[in-house]
Amino acid sequence: MTGGGLAVGTVLLIEEDKYDTYSRLLFKFFLAEGIVSGHTLLVASAKEHPAGILQELPAPLLDDSYKKEFDEDECHKTPESDVKMKIAWRYQLLPKMEVGPVSSSRFGHYYDTSQKIPQELLETAKWHGFFLPEKLSSPGSIEPCHLTHGYMKLLEFIKSIISEEGFDGSHHQQTQKSILRIGIQNLGSPLWGDDVCCTETCGASHSLTTFLYVLRGLVRASLSACVITVPTHLIQNKAITARVKHLSDTVVGLESFIGSERETSALCKDYHGLIHIRQIPRLNNLICDESDVKDLAFKLKRKLFTIEPIAKLSAAQPEPGSPPLGSSLGPAGLRGTRRWQVQIWQHPGDINQSEDINQPIISPTRWLG
Amino acid sequence: MFPELNNLLNTTPDTEEQGKLTLLCDAKTDGSFLVHHFLSFYLKANCKVCFVALVQSFSHYNIVGQKLGVSLTAARERGQLTFLEALKSSVDIFFQTPVEPPQPLQFLREASAADLRPLYAFVREALKPGDGGEVTRKPPVLLVDDLSVLLSLGVGAVAVLDFIHYCRATVCAELKGSMVALVHDSGDEDEENDLLLSGLSHQSHLILRAEGLATGFCKDVHGQLRILWRRPSQPTALRDRSLTYQYKIQDKTVSFFAKGLSPAVL
Repeated sequence: MTGGGLAVGTVLLIEEDKYDTYSRLLFKFFLAEGIVSGHTLLVASAKEHPAGILQELPAPLLDDSYKKEFDEDECHKTPESDVKMKIAWRYQLLPKMEVGPVSSSRFGHYYDTSQKIPQELLETAKWHGFFLPEKLSSPGSIEPCHLTHGYMKLLEFIKSIISEEGFDGSHHQQTQKSILRIGIQNLGSPLWGDDVCCTETCGASHSLTTFLYVLRGLVRASLSACVITVPTHLIQNKAITARVKHLSDTVVGLESFIGSERETSALCKDYHGLIHIRQIPRLNNLICDESDVKDLAFKLKRKLFTIEPIAKLSAAQPEPGSPPLGSSLGPAGLRGTRRWQVQIWQHPGDINQSEDINQPIISPTRWLG
Repeated sequence: MFPELNNLLNTTPDTEEQGKLTLLCDAKTDGSFLVHHFLSFYLKANCKVCFVALVQSFSHYNIVGQKLGVSLTAARERGQLTFLEALKSSVDIFFQTPVEPPQPLQFLREASAADLRPLYAFVREALKPGDGGEVTRKPPVLLVDDLSVLLSLGVGAVAVLDFIHYCRATVCAELKGSMVALVHDSGDEDEENDLLLSGLSHQSHLILRAEGLATGFCKDVHGQLRILWRRPSQPTALRDRSLTYQYKIQDKTVSFFAKGLSPAVL
């Protein structure tokens, strides 16, 4: 969907839906994937304590009984991801195979949204939290510039974690190299001290954009990947929204149907909202791997979070046991009429539904998807 | 560089062009392939190049440059290329105490309205004629990618226009070189950006505008390129020449074709 996943060294911007329901879900999937893959997390929020966020992550599926079903697609995927290895120098630093609690020849994991992540898994996870109200009390070490105080502290924090833990290559790690997953929630909201969502001509109008620029500089020069959620529907000044999008590498917008006029349309019966892939980066390349399918919708049914192209709406529901539509993943991975699914989890009772696979948005290991 | 684009523009690395400002513009699509074209074009022409890269890292341009047949690392080592990697230096500037003389990106730290004088000084220093050693007779070139980012960093549109004006006075008029700058066109949403874009359009000799297709996304045609030749110093009644082509970007090159004549359609 996003051309193979989230690359190390890039920033993914999620434009929040109106009530921040599904963007939070995607945010949690990103963090949960980090825990399961053994990556270090950095969670920043101004609204809730990072420890609280981590408690609410969805539980991963560690059962191997579905491996057989997905194995076929897995072995198609591995050569594909090798072909698409665009950030060559980072690839050398990352291990090919993940050594973790889960058997990891698969490209991504599956989650159950109705269950919380097990406590043991959380305890083994390495994470750093940044909760704004706590950090604001200490004075800043840098003279005022046009960044708000909150953003300044967050940048300092991220930089200190990157250099302390060696993600910028400053000291060679003897152990398996890991990746820092940075997740920042609700960036730009008034809770961060930014008034970009409150007025059209705001005082610190360059605060958010400068922050994003320096963040991108930090992330580019280190082994980290960043996901930020921004309530762009609240930003009054359209110019700032355009600039924020332009400054991020990948931009994904979520539009949920709750409370909108589309609620009564035919779309709403099956889906909970639309997902727009607004921008994909061209990294080390002239071209990017764009999906052919641009109209995508998502739904959250019981425990399953799925993304499908809308064209399927008019077609009848596939019978159980029918083969996946379209050919197997070719070298570019995105040909044919495929049904896209971020298969997060499937209850054993539903095994009769043949939900075909499966391009998880977030996948770990080298091509940090 | 893309040979097809050279044919369309009627230029080769051997022809001498003096004092020209080329404006690259992209609307609803990614026009960075044009930047890669001009970078490799001028490096192959043996010109002295100063590249202010505000959006991507050095390795990005290097890897694409290798696909197009130039090595940025080699060019930098022999002094042909001066590369300002803004992403990296912005982090350094932010977390270190300010030093004298001011760094090119010092405006990032300033709380008040920023000015680009240190950046101009950097450019001037980079492109001044070398003394002895390799004497390249070719005119120097300044490339900027991209100017719209400066607006996001707190620099006003007028300050950016001033910077371009100073650079033109030095690079184009004094040193008889060329300038290429990329500006992102965000439609009507960003007033300052529109101001910058129209100000630059009036000063430039050549405008290359990459647009997304009006009909939406297409796998075989990635966009449309509008080429406009202008004569800003002569307000004559002669009409500026303009051409429109559609293009498809491939791994190592870009192919251009007339509108509606994509190989996929024929």
